[in-house]
Amino acid sequence: MGRYVLFRVLQSSLVITGVLVMVFMMLHLVPGDPVQVLFGDAPVPKEQVEAVRRQLGLDRPLSQQFVVYISHVARGDLGRSLKTNRPVAADIARALPFTVQLAVAAMALAAAGGIVLGIISAVSRHSWVDGGVTSLALLGISLPSFLTGLLLIWLFSIKLDWVPITGQGSWRHLILPAMTLGWYAGAILARLVRGGMLEILRQDYVMTARAKGLAERVVLVRHALRNALIPVITLAGIQFGTLLGGAVVVETVFARDGIGRLLVNGILQKDFPQVQGAVLIVACAYSLTNLLADLSYGFLDPRIHYA
Amino acid sequence: MDAADVSFRPAQRTGARRWTGLRRLGVAGWASAGVCLLLSVPLIAPQVLAPYDPTAIVPDAIYQAPSPAHWLGTDEYGRDILSRIIHGTRVSMSLGVVSVTLSVAVSLPLGIAAGYYRGRFEAVVMRLLDVLMAFPGILLALVIVAILGPGLVNAMIAVGIGEAPAYTRVVRSAVLTVREQTYIEAARAVGARDIRILRLHVLPNVIQPVIIIATVGFAVAVIIGSSLGFLGLGAQPPTPEWGTMVAEGRRYLRSQWWIAMFPGLTIGLVVLALNILGDALRDVLDPRLRR
Repeated sequence: MGRYVLFRVLQSSLVITGVLVMVFMMLHLVPGDPVQVLFGDAPVPKEQVEAVRRQLGLDRPLSQQFVVYISHVARGDLGRSLKTNRPVAADIARALPFTVQLAVAAMALAAAGGIVLGIISAVSRHSWVDGGVTSLALLGISLPSFLTGLLLIWLFSIKLDWVPITGQGSWRHLILPAMTLGWYAGAILARLVRGGMLEILRQDYVMTARAKGLAERVVLVRHALRNALIPVITLAGIQFGTLLGGAVVVETVFARDGIGRLLVNGILQKDFPQVQGAVLIVACAYSLTNLLADLSYGFLDPRIHYA
Repeated sequence: MDAADVSFRPAQRTGARRWTGLRRLGVAGWASAGVCLLLSVPLIAPQVLAPYDPTAIVPDAIYQAPSPAHWLGTDEYGRDILSRIIHGTRVSMSLGVVSVTLSVAVSLPLGIAAGYYRGRFEAVVMRLLDVLMAFPGILLALVIVAILGPGLVNAMIAVGIGEAPAYTRVVRSAVLTVREQTYIEAARAVGARDIRILRLHVLPNVIQPVIIIATVGFAVAVIIGSSLGFLGLGAQPPTPEWGTMVAEGRRYLRSQWWIAMFPGLTIGLVVLALNILGDALRDVLDPRLRR
């Protein structure tokens, strides 16, 4: 186990190093002179172009730029926004809690909905309830999140007037974005729980539990669900990372502040330091949640041994 | 029927088996295939089906609700929504086709080489894929759009490259199984060169998983492509792209819901059909995966 943990930690460090290299290289991969691209077609004095080149450190050799970049990132310095001149790290620190709040709420809804609907679906296999849950899951996987978001806004904010359309501040503002973001993850979890429960309900120990006269509820919760949940927890960990990526679209639909909106605005305004900072944070967070999800597997299921 | 009967009519049985395979598509699979076929009409000849010019601005016809004259209503410039959706089919579908083709074109040689030659090359490719897959969902496509700049062609490249790592993994794992087969060993034993083995023995045997992932990948490409359009990073107005149309109509959701809803529902329907068709095709092509 210890060796596996070490291996996975090393592997993740390698991935994060690769992510750092890729994020660093982004500006250098821009076709043409990156500084000129940042200014677009507008006529800009040469001194200003050179000043931005110096600010981005592009006047130095590539290897030197990379060392400087890494040492800055290690100190939590992600550069300054080209549009506002504010430190990117400060903007990210301000936006991150909103995205985390959204992702946690979405994950909570997805886990609760996915597990409950997955169990109901497995228990009532081949009934109309099962069909309904399966269709709901297929819709969750098929609909792009901007469409789900608009449909929910149209129904719950415009037609029923239950919750505000956009903005943030209270749980009422959070509910629709969390539903939008969580639907996909919930759909995946519901499918997994359904499959796992169907498999486990066929096992001998479930039959034994029923044969000794336990109530069906006890059989389902204590014997079947506990075993069906192990892969669910791991997948939920991976899905949590995916939610951070999905937040990009959902934050735009609901005009919420967050890392995703920072990223999209950064791309639209060609504000490279902001884009690089936001990409770096999301990719690192995703790698770390994947690592934790992987490691949790061994702790949750004592039958698993790592070679 | 005993074993001897079976061996007498091989040709008929193959035909029958194929038909049984297609029947396995099921009602939903056939319905989805129908939707996809329906899409190919506006794809080939949008101008025949579209009642109006999709980009013509008509000040007298702005914000018209669905009516016999404009079945799906008009937008803030008086453009006919139905005509724009029909013309958008070509944009959105070519986005799917180009990006999936790009994903396959990148992943097929890379995955085959990594799986067949293994060793250091494979290690480098796999670590590179690990890094690329650290960018969840739409993020890798966003990184590429950030580098290349917004626009339809760049969105196609972004989606194609962004999805290629997943394809490469599938190809590589398929090759890993194929390269251990006896017929590969036999081909090597008779002195066939690598390029011949790869072309004649490995490639045909990894095509099936590629078809399966490409069908599902087409739906993913439409989702990511339209999401980029929605974010303002894909096709630019006035191009009638479905995601861009949803973004344009979003402001009018309260009063003129049809501007965003109809293009949005079109995306939903198409992706749903592609997903169901992908699932059904996977069941037919790879019976081992059937639940």
